[in-house]
Amino acid sequence: MPASLINLAYLAAAVLFIVGIKGLTHPRTAVRGNQLGALGMLTAVIAALLDQNVLRYEWIIAGILVGGAIGALMATRIQMTDMPQMVALLNGFGGISSTLVAGAALFAALSVTPDLSLQFMIASAASGLIGAITFWGSLVAFGKLQGLVGDIRLPIAQPLNIALLVITLAFTVVLILNPAATWAYWALVAAASLLGLSLVFPIGGADMPVVIALLNSYSGLAAAATGFALNNNALIITGSLVGASGIILTTIMCKAMNRSLTNVLFGIWAPSEAAASSDDVYGGKIKSSNPEELAMLMETARRVVIVPGYGMAVSQAQHAVRDLVNLLDSRGVEVEFAIHPVAGRMPGHMNVLLAEADIPYEKMKEMDEINPSFEQTDVVIVIGANDVVNPQARTNPHSPIAGMPILNVDKARSVIVIKRSLSPGFAGVPNPLFAADNTLMLFSDAKKGALDLIAAMKE
Amino acid sequence: MELLVITLTVFVLAIFVGVEIITKVPPTLHTPLMSGSNAISGITLVGAIIAAGSDVSLLTTVLGFLAVVFATINVVGGFMVTNRMLAMFRRKD
Repeated sequence: MPASLINLAYLAAAVLFIVGIKGLTHPRTAVRGNQLGALGMLTAVIAALLDQNVLRYEWIIAGILVGGAIGALMATRIQMTDMPQMVALLNGFGGISSTLVAGAALFAALSVTPDLSLQFMIASAASGLIGAITFWGSLVAFGKLQGLVGDIRLPIAQPLNIALLVITLAFTVVLILNPAATWAYWALVAAASLLGLSLVFPIGGADMPVVIALLNSYSGLAAAATGFALNNNALIITGSLVGASGIILTTIMCKAMNRSLTNVLFGIWAPSEAAASSDDVYGGKIKSSNPEELAMLMETARRVVIVPGYGMAVSQAQHAVRDLVNLLDSRGVEVEFAIHPVAGRMPGHMNVLLAEADIPYEKMKEMDEINPSFEQTDVVIVIGANDVVNPQARTNPHSPIAGMPILNVDKARSVIVIKRSLSPGFAGVPNPLFAADNTLMLFSDAKKGALDLIAAMKE
Repeated sequence: MELLVITLTVFVLAIFVGVEIITKVPPTLHTPLMSGSNAISGITLVGAIIAAGSDVSLLTTVLGFLAVVFATINVVGGFMVTNRMLAMFRRKD
């Protein structure tokens, strides 16, 4: 097949990707959008198979069968609560495949001539570098989300990162100046791998939404760099789309925490004096309640807002929460969900869990949309969330979360907090909401708490 | 050089298109957006296929084969899991 036809097929694929992502702008058109994206991928793959450089098919077919089986297995087996882990792994796999493709392209080009263009060398090196950082960084993110690795904070983390970056760039320069020095490619991949590890190891679990979004962006940039190496527009267009998407999500997440990206990536989250000051905040003011009392409170409520957090995901409480919503619905109570952008472990994590439990997306409200309505809300149920409803972000300029936009649940008439204990959230600060006059605590696991509340309401 | 300018043009314009569409995706769909964009970043599969099939040397074939495996996991896993999630959002209509 002539190269121009193949390139036209790549263009068609890129258009299908763009139209596909456009479909994601509304839940009704989203499934179709995703299918268009898949169709685009099929087009691109067929075009690649017809490329005149492809002489034998056995390894391609074997690779597609193995990869397809693993991918299908992962996609069908994964629990919705574990979606952040899945996305982390997929980011990593995208990254490593860019590294491998760039390596193969480099060796293939060298077998023809040692005289390679500057563009090709820079692009291959960039692809190898970004891909390796993405792969190892994503594996660490996966390990953290899965609870396999903890946060490792070395005092020398910053100098180490800088040293690794310098070493990586040094190998990159060696390779670009002397393309025949293929060892430099592996050396830069190895150094970038260490850099990927050391960059993500110190970052805490609750900052994973930012990390995953950023790695998502990197996997796109790695693909775009590969596109520059291969002079392939499909890779360049698609890679830059994904790169842009990841950066946008990263920015949204950072804004929602009122922190800069540098602070998330390199900031040392100062160990706070939570133990000392929590007594001042909580001392004698906590009202521990029981499901029966809360059921009576719910009797008179006309409007209820539920605020889910990571605790809901941990205890798989989304189905119990759905039953609570249905019960309230059947009594004519208006129920909505208030979802903070960084609730959970990745952008949109809570929405997916609620959708899994059959809660209509119209009920899921963004922070800016629902915040003005708390004053007209009778009962807010906070389930497994903490820092995102901490009024100190608004009131205490010295708090580590000062200035972070929060859900103003403290303005509601009554607040029910379902939480296992008074332990602080990720920010490590006590939450005055728990001690507020209008707050009742239900000390319980999120799922058990919701089920107990339903049982009490039905009596 | 000429070619580089053209590819750079494509790159820059594609970023603008990306920013333009993606800012319109509602937060409710941010997780499927990530897994879906992830799936399409598996487009390196195109390069992987060419590397695995060009029969240059054993090394490039092995690298290509591994790249095909990883990129296919990315593509198949990404599209399937996105489809699974989006179907849950649509069910209520």
